[in-house]
Amino acid sequence: MIRVTLPPHLRALARVDGEVALDVAEPVTLGSVLEALEIDYPVLRGAIRDHRTKRRRAFVRFFACEEDLSHQPPDTPLPTAVASGAEPLLIIGAMAGG
Amino acid sequence: MSRVRVLVGTRKGAFVLTADGRRDEWHVEGPLFGGWEIYHVTGSPADPDRLYASQSGGWFGQQIQRSDDGGATWRPVGNEFTYLGEPGTHQWYDGSQRPWEFTRVWHLEPSPADPDRVYAGSEDAALFRSDDGGVTWRELPGLRTHESGPSWQPGAGGMCLHTILLDPRDEQRLRVAISAAGVFASDDGGTSWTPSNKGLISEGIPDPDAEVGHCVHNLARHPDRPDTLYMQKHWHVMRSDDDGRTWYKISGDLPTDFGFPIEVHAHDPDTVYVVPITSDYLHVPPDGRLRVYRSRGGGHEWEPLTNGLPQKHCYVNVLRDAMATDSLDDCGIYFGTTGGQVYASPDAGDTWTPIVRDLPPVLSVEVQTLP
Repeated sequence: MIRVTLPPHLRALARVDGEVALDVAEPVTLGSVLEALEIDYPVLRGAIRDHRTKRRRAFVRFFACEEDLSHQPPDTPLPTAVASGAEPLLIIGAMAGG
Repeated sequence: MSRVRVLVGTRKGAFVLTADGRRDEWHVEGPLFGGWEIYHVTGSPADPDRLYASQSGGWFGQQIQRSDDGGATWRPVGNEFTYLGEPGTHQWYDGSQRPWEFTRVWHLEPSPADPDRVYAGSEDAALFRSDDGGVTWRELPGLRTHESGPSWQPGAGGMCLHTILLDPRDEQRLRVAISAAGVFASDDGGTSWTPSNKGLISEGIPDPDAEVGHCVHNLARHPDRPDTLYMQKHWHVMRSDDDGRTWYKISGDLPTDFGFPIEVHAHDPDTVYVVPITSDYLHVPPDGRLRVYRSRGGGHEWEPLTNGLPQKHCYVNVLRDAMATDSLDDCGIYFGTTGGQVYASPDAGDTWTPIVRDLPPVLSVEVQTLP
Protein backbone atom coordinates (compact mmCIF):
# COMPACT_ATOMS: atom_id res chain seq x y z
CA MET A 1 0.00 0.00 0.00
CA ILE A 2 1.13 3.50 -0.80
CA ARG A 3 0.71 6.04 1.99
CA VAL A 4 -0.30 9.60 1.12
CA THR A 5 -0.60 12.53 3.50
CA LEU A 6 -3.02 15.26 2.45
CA PRO A 7 -3.12 18.86 3.65
CA PRO A 8 -5.96 19.69 6.08
CA HIS A 9 -8.20 21.37 3.48
CA LEU A 10 -8.04 18.30 1.24
CA ARG A 11 -8.56 15.91 4.16
CA ALA A 12 -11.74 17.86 4.93
CA LEU A 13 -12.80 17.76 1.29
CA ALA A 14 -12.16 14.01 1.01
CA ARG A 15 -13.58 13.38 4.47
CA VAL A 16 -10.60 11.43 5.69
CA ASP A 17 -8.56 11.55 8.88
CA GLY A 18 -4.84 10.94 8.85
CA GLU A 19 -3.08 9.22 5.99
CA VAL A 20 -4.71 7.74 2.92
CA ALA A 21 -3.70 4.24 1.82
CA LEU A 22 -3.77 3.39 -1.89
CA ASP A 23 -3.24 0.31 -3.99
CA VAL A 24 -0.96 1.35 -6.84
CA ALA A 25 0.37 -1.02 -9.49
CA GLU A 26 4.07 -1.01 -10.40
CA PRO A 27 5.79 1.13 -11.42
CA VAL A 28 4.90 3.51 -8.63
CA THR A 29 5.28 7.03 -9.98
CA LEU A 30 4.05 10.43 -8.94
CA GLY A 31 1.49 10.28 -11.73
CA SER A 32 0.23 6.79 -10.91
CA VAL A 33 -0.21 7.65 -7.25
CA LEU A 34 -2.18 10.80 -8.08
CA GLU A 35 -4.26 8.79 -10.53
CA ALA A 36 -5.08 6.22 -7.85
CA LEU A 37 -5.82 8.96 -5.34
CA GLU A 38 -8.29 10.64 -7.70
CA ILE A 39 -9.99 7.32 -8.47
CA ASP A 40 -10.52 6.57 -4.78
CA TYR A 41 -11.39 10.19 -3.93
CA PRO A 42 -12.99 11.78 -7.01
CA VAL A 43 -13.66 14.98 -5.08
CA LEU A 44 -9.92 15.67 -5.24
CA ARG A 45 -9.94 15.85 -9.04
CA GLY A 46 -9.05 19.39 -9.98
CA ALA A 47 -7.87 20.25 -6.49
CA ILE A 48 -4.29 18.95 -6.82
CA ARG A 49 -3.80 19.17 -10.57
CA ASP A 50 -5.73 20.51 -13.51
CA HIS A 51 -8.56 18.30 -14.78
CA ARG A 52 -7.34 18.21 -18.36
CA THR A 53 -3.66 19.15 -18.49
CA LYS A 54 -2.81 17.30 -15.24
CA ARG A 55 -0.57 20.25 -14.46
CA ARG A 56 0.15 20.62 -10.73
CA ARG A 57 -1.70 23.52 -9.14
CA ALA A 58 0.76 26.32 -8.44
CA PHE A 59 0.57 26.21 -4.64
CA VAL A 60 0.69 22.43 -4.26
CA ARG A 61 3.96 20.64 -3.54
CA PHE A 62 4.96 16.97 -3.38
CA PHE A 63 7.54 15.82 -0.83
CA ALA A 64 8.87 12.37 0.10
CA CYS A 65 11.89 11.12 2.00
CA GLU A 66 13.00 14.71 2.55
CA GLU A 67 13.07 15.34 -1.19
CA ASP A 68 11.04 17.93 -3.08
CA LEU A 69 9.46 16.06 -5.98
CA SER A 70 7.23 18.94 -7.05
CA HIS A 71 9.04 19.65 -10.28
CA GLN A 72 9.55 16.04 -11.32
CA PRO A 73 7.76 14.71 -14.41
CA PRO A 74 4.74 12.56 -13.53
CA ASP A 75 6.40 9.37 -14.76
CA THR A 76 9.27 9.75 -12.29
CA PRO A 77 9.48 6.64 -10.06
CA LEU A 78 8.88 7.50 -6.43
CA PRO A 79 11.58 6.61 -3.87
CA THR A 80 11.70 2.93 -2.91
CA ALA A 81 10.63 3.75 0.63
CA VAL A 82 7.41 5.29 -0.71
CA ALA A 83 6.80 2.42 -3.12
CA SER A 84 7.22 -0.06 -0.27
CA GLY A 85 4.92 1.89 2.06
CA ALA A 86 7.67 2.65 4.55
CA GLU A 87 7.38 6.39 3.96
CA PRO A 88 4.40 8.53 2.87
CA LEU A 89 4.13 10.82 -0.11
CA LEU A 90 3.41 14.23 1.35
CA ILE A 91 1.05 16.52 -0.56
CA ILE A 92 1.49 19.98 0.84
CA GLY A 93 -0.29 23.28 0.35
CA ALA A 94 2.67 25.60 -0.17
CA MET A 95 3.16 28.28 2.45
CA ALA A 96 1.74 31.55 1.19
CA GLY A 97 -0.12 34.51 2.58
CA GLY A 98 -3.76 34.74 3.55
CA MET B 1 -44.94 32.15 10.88
CA SER B 2 -42.54 32.93 8.07
CA ARG B 3 -38.81 32.64 8.58
CA VAL B 4 -35.79 34.10 6.88
CA ARG B 5 -32.49 32.44 6.16
CA VAL B 6 -29.57 34.70 5.33
CA LEU B 7 -26.74 33.00 3.44
CA VAL B 8 -23.39 34.71 3.87
CA GLY B 9 -20.22 33.98 1.91
CA THR B 10 -16.97 35.29 3.37
CA ARG B 11 -13.24 35.20 2.78
CA LYS B 12 -13.01 32.36 5.29
CA GLY B 13 -16.10 30.22 5.08
CA ALA B 14 -19.87 30.52 4.87
CA PHE B 15 -22.40 31.38 7.55
CA VAL B 16 -26.13 30.79 7.81
CA LEU B 17 -28.16 33.27 9.84
CA THR B 18 -31.76 32.45 10.66
CA ALA B 19 -34.65 34.25 12.34
CA ASP B 20 -38.39 34.15 12.46
CA GLY B 21 -40.57 36.72 10.70
CA ARG B 22 -39.99 39.30 13.42
CA ARG B 23 -36.31 39.27 12.47
CA ASP B 24 -35.17 40.43 15.89
CA GLU B 25 -33.36 37.35 17.23
CA TRP B 26 -30.80 35.63 15.08
CA HIS B 27 -29.14 32.25 15.15
CA VAL B 28 -25.69 32.24 13.61
CA GLU B 29 -24.26 29.00 12.25
CA GLY B 30 -20.78 28.56 10.80
CA PRO B 31 -18.21 28.72 9.58
CA LEU B 32 -19.04 26.17 6.92
CA PHE B 33 -16.10 25.28 4.67
CA GLY B 34 -13.76 27.03 7.10
CA GLY B 35 -10.69 28.55 5.56
CA TRP B 36 -12.04 28.60 2.01
CA GLU B 37 -13.19 31.67 0.18
CA ILE B 38 -16.91 31.41 -0.39
CA TYR B 39 -17.73 33.79 -3.20
CA HIS B 40 -21.43 33.06 -3.24
CA VAL B 41 -24.07 30.99 -1.43
CA THR B 42 -27.62 30.95 -2.69
CA GLY B 43 -30.80 28.90 -2.69
CA SER B 44 -33.08 27.56 -5.39
CA PRO B 45 -36.35 29.50 -5.68
CA ALA B 46 -37.96 26.23 -6.79
CA ASP B 47 -36.78 24.29 -3.73
CA PRO B 48 -35.59 26.40 -0.80
CA ASP B 49 -33.85 23.38 0.73
CA ARG B 50 -31.55 23.17 -2.29
CA LEU B 51 -28.56 25.45 -1.66
CA TYR B 52 -25.43 25.99 -3.72
CA ALA B 53 -22.10 27.40 -2.55
CA SER B 54 -19.10 28.44 -4.59
CA GLN B 55 -16.02 27.47 -2.63
CA SER B 56 -12.61 28.45 -3.95
CA GLY B 57 -9.08 28.99 -2.87
CA GLY B 58 -5.70 29.88 -4.25
CA TRP B 59 -4.24 26.50 -3.33
CA PHE B 60 -6.84 23.92 -4.30
CA GLY B 61 -9.10 25.69 -6.79
CA GLN B 62 -12.84 25.56 -7.22
CA GLN B 63 -15.46 23.37 -5.60
CA ILE B 64 -19.22 23.61 -5.82
CA GLN B 65 -20.92 22.53 -2.62
CA ARG B 66 -24.58 21.57 -2.51
CA SER B 67 -27.06 21.10 0.29
CA ASP B 68 -30.39 19.35 -0.14
CA ASP B 69 -31.60 19.98 3.40
CA GLY B 70 -31.50 23.72 3.82
CA GLY B 71 -27.86 23.88 4.79
CA ALA B 72 -27.79 21.20 7.49
CA THR B 73 -25.47 19.00 5.43
CA TRP B 74 -23.38 19.70 2.35
CA ARG B 75 -21.44 17.71 -0.19
CA PRO B 76 -19.09 18.73 -2.97
CA VAL B 77 -20.61 18.10 -6.38
CA GLY B 78 -18.89 18.98 -9.66
CA ASN B 79 -15.91 21.26 -10.10
CA GLU B 80 -14.91 20.80 -13.72
CA PHE B 81 -15.30 24.11 -15.53
CA THR B 82 -13.75 23.80 -18.96
CA TYR B 83 -13.97 26.40 -21.68
CA LEU B 84 -15.28 24.76 -24.80
CA GLY B 85 -13.23 24.62 -27.96
CA GLU B 86 -10.01 26.50 -28.41
CA PRO B 87 -10.25 29.12 -25.64
CA GLY B 88 -8.31 31.86 -27.45
CA THR B 89 -7.15 34.98 -25.68
CA HIS B 90 -8.41 38.17 -24.08
CA GLN B 91 -6.70 41.40 -23.21
CA TRP B 92 -4.58 41.53 -20.05
CA TYR B 93 -3.84 44.50 -17.80
CA ASP B 94 -0.71 45.39 -19.75
CA GLY B 95 -2.55 45.36 -23.08
CA SER B 96 -1.12 42.02 -24.16
CA GLN B 97 -3.30 39.05 -25.07
CA ARG B 98 -3.55 36.24 -22.53
CA PRO B 99 -5.21 32.82 -22.80
CA TRP B 100 -8.60 32.45 -21.14
CA GLU B 101 -8.08 30.62 -17.89
CA PHE B 102 -10.71 29.50 -15.39
CA THR B 103 -10.04 30.74 -11.86
CA ARG B 104 -13.25 30.59 -9.85
CA VAL B 105 -17.02 30.91 -9.82
CA TRP B 106 -18.15 34.32 -8.65
CA HIS B 107 -21.89 33.87 -8.81
CA LEU B 108 -24.44 31.05 -8.93
CA GLU B 109 -27.95 31.68 -10.23
CA PRO B 110 -30.42 28.81 -9.79
CA SER B 111 -33.33 28.51 -12.21
CA PRO B 112 -36.62 29.78 -10.79
CA ALA B 113 -38.35 26.60 -12.02
CA ASP B 114 -35.90 23.71 -11.76
CA PRO B 115 -33.80 23.05 -8.64
CA ASP B 116 -31.32 21.02 -10.69
CA ARG B 117 -30.63 23.81 -13.16
CA VAL B 118 -28.14 26.43 -12.09
CA TYR B 119 -26.00 28.96 -13.93
CA ALA B 120 -22.48 29.92 -12.89
CA GLY B 121 -20.59 33.09 -13.76
CA SER B 122 -16.84 32.66 -13.71
CA GLU B 123 -13.50 34.41 -13.78
CA ASP B 124 -12.17 34.59 -16.53
CA ALA B 125 -15.60 35.67 -17.65
CA ALA B 126 -17.78 32.87 -18.97
CA LEU B 127 -21.23 31.48 -18.34
CA PHE B 128 -21.73 27.84 -17.40
CA ARG B 129 -24.90 25.85 -16.82
CA SER B 130 -25.61 22.66 -14.92
CA ASP B 131 -28.79 20.66 -15.40
CA ASP B 132 -27.97 18.02 -12.82
CA GLY B 133 -27.69 19.95 -9.60
CA GLY B 134 -24.12 21.09 -10.09
CA VAL B 135 -22.59 17.68 -10.80
CA THR B 136 -21.59 18.50 -14.39
CA TRP B 137 -21.11 21.90 -15.97
CA ARG B 138 -21.19 22.97 -19.59
CA GLU B 139 -20.11 26.32 -20.88
CA LEU B 140 -22.49 28.40 -22.97
CA PRO B 141 -19.61 29.49 -25.19
CA GLY B 142 -21.42 32.02 -27.36
CA LEU B 143 -20.78 34.67 -24.75
CA ARG B 144 -17.02 34.24 -24.33
CA THR B 145 -16.58 33.80 -28.06
CA HIS B 146 -18.46 36.99 -28.90
CA GLU B 147 -16.45 38.96 -31.47
CA SER B 148 -15.60 41.53 -28.82
CA GLY B 149 -14.17 38.88 -26.44
CA PRO B 150 -10.50 39.41 -27.28
CA SER B 151 -10.89 43.08 -26.30
CA TRP B 152 -12.31 42.37 -22.83
CA GLN B 153 -9.87 43.24 -20.12
CA PRO B 154 -10.14 42.63 -16.40
CA GLY B 155 -11.18 45.20 -13.85
CA ALA B 156 -9.18 45.57 -10.66
CA GLY B 157 -10.92 42.54 -9.16
CA GLY B 158 -10.41 40.33 -12.18
CA MET B 159 -12.40 39.73 -15.35
CA CYS B 160 -15.40 38.17 -13.76
CA LEU B 161 -18.95 37.41 -14.80
CA HIS B 162 -20.61 38.45 -11.55
CA THR B 163 -24.28 39.09 -12.31
CA ILE B 164 -26.82 36.79 -13.98
CA LEU B 165 -30.42 37.93 -14.40
CA LEU B 166 -32.98 35.34 -15.47
CA ASP B 167 -36.20 36.74 -16.86
CA PRO B 168 -39.15 35.51 -14.78
CA ARG B 169 -41.28 35.50 -17.95
CA ASP B 170 -38.93 33.41 -20.05
CA GLU B 171 -35.74 31.68 -18.92
CA GLN B 172 -34.38 31.88 -22.48
CA ARG B 173 -33.83 35.57 -21.84
CA LEU B 174 -30.58 36.11 -19.96
CA ARG B 175 -28.80 39.30 -18.99
CA VAL B 176 -25.30 39.09 -17.56
CA ALA B 177 -22.71 41.63 -16.47
CA ILE B 178 -18.95 41.30 -16.76
CA SER B 179 -16.32 43.48 -15.15
CA ALA B 180 -14.98 45.28 -17.19
CA ALA B 181 -16.76 44.38 -20.42
CA GLY B 182 -20.33 45.41 -19.60
CA VAL B 183 -23.79 43.95 -20.02
CA PHE B 184 -24.60 41.24 -22.55
CA ALA B 185 -28.02 39.94 -23.54
CA SER B 186 -29.23 36.63 -24.90
CA ASP B 187 -32.79 35.82 -25.90
CA ASP B 188 -32.07 32.23 -26.94
CA GLY B 189 -31.00 30.61 -23.71
CA GLY B 190 -27.39 31.70 -23.93
CA THR B 191 -26.58 30.58 -27.46
CA SER B 192 -26.05 34.01 -28.97
CA TRP B 193 -25.30 37.31 -27.28
CA THR B 194 -25.32 41.02 -28.00
CA PRO B 195 -23.75 43.86 -26.01
CA SER B 196 -26.38 45.77 -24.06
CA ASN B 197 -24.59 48.95 -23.02
CA LYS B 198 -26.20 51.75 -25.00
CA GLY B 199 -26.25 54.91 -22.91
CA LEU B 200 -23.39 53.95 -20.63
CA ILE B 201 -20.66 56.57 -20.51
CA SER B 202 -17.28 55.63 -19.05
CA GLU B 203 -14.70 58.40 -18.95
CA GLY B 204 -11.27 56.88 -18.96
CA ILE B 205 -11.77 54.41 -21.76
CA PRO B 206 -10.74 55.47 -25.27
CA ASP B 207 -14.32 55.67 -26.52
CA PRO B 208 -16.54 56.69 -23.56
CA ASP B 209 -19.72 55.30 -25.10
CA ALA B 210 -18.15 52.22 -26.65
CA GLU B 211 -20.28 49.16 -27.30
CA VAL B 212 -18.24 47.14 -24.77
CA GLY B 213 -15.60 47.88 -22.14
CA HIS B 214 -17.76 49.37 -19.37
CA CYS B 215 -17.10 48.40 -15.76
CA VAL B 216 -20.53 47.33 -14.56
CA HIS B 217 -20.57 46.45 -10.87
CA ASN B 218 -24.04 45.02 -10.32
CA LEU B 219 -27.54 44.78 -11.78
CA ALA B 220 -30.95 44.44 -10.15
CA ARG B 221 -34.43 43.75 -11.42
CA HIS B 222 -37.86 43.53 -9.84
CA PRO B 223 -39.86 40.46 -10.91
CA ASP B 224 -43.10 42.43 -11.26
CA ARG B 225 -41.62 44.83 -13.79
CA PRO B 226 -38.90 42.82 -15.47
CA ASP B 227 -38.13 45.28 -18.25
CA THR B 228 -36.79 47.76 -15.70
CA LEU B 229 -33.19 47.10 -14.74
CA TYR B 230 -31.03 49.05 -12.34
CA MET B 231 -27.24 49.21 -12.51
CA GLN B 232 -24.47 50.29 -10.18
CA LYS B 233 -21.63 51.06 -12.50
CA HIS B 234 -18.00 51.90 -11.72
CA TRP B 235 -19.26 55.48 -11.74
CA HIS B 236 -22.96 56.30 -12.21
CA VAL B 237 -26.15 54.62 -11.12
CA MET B 238 -28.12 53.72 -14.24
CA ARG B 239 -31.58 52.52 -15.20
CA SER B 240 -33.07 50.81 -18.22
CA ASP B 241 -36.77 50.56 -19.01
CA ASP B 242 -36.34 48.36 -22.06
CA ASP B 243 -34.66 45.27 -20.59
CA GLY B 244 -31.17 46.67 -20.95
CA ARG B 245 -31.25 47.84 -24.54
CA THR B 246 -30.74 51.48 -23.48
CA TRP B 247 -29.66 53.01 -20.20
CA TYR B 248 -29.97 56.43 -18.58
CA LYS B 249 -28.41 57.96 -15.51
CA ILE B 250 -30.34 58.17 -12.23
CA SER B 251 -27.52 59.17 -9.87
CA GLY B 252 -29.36 62.42 -9.04
CA ASP B 253 -28.44 63.80 -5.65
CA LEU B 254 -26.30 60.92 -4.42
CA PRO B 255 -23.17 62.16 -2.58
CA THR B 256 -21.12 59.93 -4.89
CA ASP B 257 -22.35 57.54 -7.52
CA PHE B 258 -19.48 55.09 -7.11
CA GLY B 259 -20.35 51.85 -5.37
CA PHE B 260 -20.84 48.14 -5.83
CA PRO B 261 -24.25 46.65 -4.89
CA ILE B 262 -27.72 47.69 -6.02
CA GLU B 263 -30.98 46.13 -4.86
CA VAL B 264 -34.72 46.58 -5.38
CA HIS B 265 -37.43 46.51 -2.71
CA ALA B 266 -39.30 43.20 -2.77
CA HIS B 267 -42.72 44.77 -3.31
CA ASP B 268 -42.02 48.06 -5.03
CA PRO B 269 -40.09 48.15 -8.31
CA ASP B 270 -39.53 51.89 -7.84
CA THR B 271 -37.72 51.58 -4.52
CA VAL B 272 -34.04 50.95 -5.02
CA TYR B 273 -30.99 50.88 -2.76
CA VAL B 274 -27.29 51.63 -3.23
CA VAL B 275 -24.30 52.05 -0.91
CA PRO B 276 -22.17 54.98 -2.14
CA ILE B 277 -18.46 54.91 -1.42
CA THR B 278 -16.08 57.78 -1.82
CA SER B 279 -14.41 56.98 -5.12
CA ASP B 280 -12.77 54.36 -7.27
CA TYR B 281 -9.55 54.70 -5.33
CA LEU B 282 -11.10 55.25 -1.88
CA HIS B 283 -13.40 52.29 -1.34
CA VAL B 284 -14.80 53.63 1.94
CA PRO B 285 -18.00 55.45 2.89
CA PRO B 286 -17.83 59.25 2.56
CA ASP B 287 -16.80 60.95 5.80
CA GLY B 288 -16.50 57.58 7.56
CA ARG B 289 -20.31 57.35 7.75
CA LEU B 290 -21.95 54.15 6.53
CA ARG B 291 -25.13 55.10 4.72
CA VAL B 292 -27.43 53.15 2.47
CA TYR B 293 -29.26 55.43 0.02
CA ARG B 294 -32.83 54.71 -0.95
CA SER B 295 -34.82 56.12 -3.82
CA ARG B 296 -38.57 55.65 -3.71
CA GLY B 297 -39.10 57.03 -7.19
CA GLY B 298 -36.91 54.73 -9.23
CA GLY B 299 -33.82 56.90 -9.00
CA HIS B 300 -32.82 60.57 -9.27
CA GLU B 301 -33.83 61.53 -5.71
CA TRP B 302 -32.13 59.65 -2.91
CA GLU B 303 -32.40 59.68 0.87
CA PRO B 304 -29.66 58.57 3.25
CA LEU B 305 -30.56 55.77 5.65
CA THR B 306 -28.49 56.02 8.81
CA ASN B 307 -30.55 54.80 11.75
CA GLY B 308 -28.47 52.07 13.39
CA LEU B 309 -25.52 52.34 11.01
CA PRO B 310 -22.15 53.67 12.23
CA GLN B 311 -21.90 57.38 11.53
CA LYS B 312 -18.28 57.93 12.41
CA HIS B 313 -14.96 56.17 11.88
CA CYS B 314 -16.44 53.58 9.56
CA TYR B 315 -14.24 52.56 6.65
CA VAL B 316 -15.73 49.28 5.48
CA ASN B 317 -16.96 48.51 1.98
CA VAL B 318 -19.99 46.60 0.74
CA LEU B 319 -19.18 44.35 -2.22
CA ARG B 320 -21.36 43.81 -5.27
CA ASP B 321 -23.09 40.60 -4.20
CA ALA B 322 -23.36 41.51 -0.52
CA MET B 323 -26.85 43.05 -0.39
CA ALA B 324 -30.23 41.31 -0.62
CA THR B 325 -33.87 41.61 0.38
CA ASP B 326 -36.41 39.27 1.90
CA SER B 327 -39.99 39.20 0.67
CA LEU B 328 -41.92 39.52 3.91
CA ASP B 329 -44.72 42.09 4.00
CA ASP B 330 -42.49 44.72 5.50
CA CYS B 331 -39.54 44.13 3.21
CA GLY B 332 -36.30 43.32 4.99
CA ILE B 333 -33.01 44.41 3.53
CA TYR B 334 -29.58 43.04 4.45
CA PHE B 335 -25.98 43.76 3.63
CA GLY B 336 -22.56 42.51 4.67
CA THR B 337 -19.35 44.51 4.91
CA THR B 338 -15.67 43.94 4.42
CA GLY B 339 -15.43 44.50 8.19
CA GLY B 340 -17.43 41.35 8.85
CA GLN B 341 -20.71 42.92 9.95
CA VAL B 342 -24.05 41.84 8.54
CA TYR B 343 -26.69 44.53 8.98
CA ALA B 344 -30.41 43.93 8.70
CA SER B 345 -33.34 46.28 8.39
CA PRO B 346 -36.78 44.72 8.93
CA ASP B 347 -38.51 47.92 7.80
CA ALA B 348 -37.24 48.55 4.27
CA GLY B 349 -34.20 50.48 5.44
CA ASP B 350 -35.62 52.82 8.09
CA THR B 351 -33.77 51.15 10.97
CA TRP B 352 -30.75 48.87 10.98
CA THR B 353 -29.20 46.41 13.40
CA PRO B 354 -25.99 44.40 13.08
CA ILE B 355 -27.16 40.80 13.31
CA VAL B 356 -23.57 39.54 13.48
CA ARG B 357 -20.52 41.74 13.54
CA ASP B 358 -17.19 39.93 13.62
CA LEU B 359 -17.20 37.65 10.60
CA PRO B 360 -14.41 37.52 8.02
CA PRO B 361 -14.83 40.01 5.16
CA VAL B 362 -18.23 39.41 3.61
CA LEU B 363 -18.30 38.58 -0.10
CA SER B 364 -21.97 37.76 -0.60
CA VAL B 365 -25.34 37.94 1.11
CA GLU B 366 -28.48 36.21 -0.11
CA VAL B 367 -31.80 35.90 1.67
CA GLN B 368 -34.43 33.19 1.55
CA THR B 369 -37.94 33.86 2.78
CA LEU B 370 -39.33 30.58 4.08
CA PRO B 371 -42.88 29.58 5.03
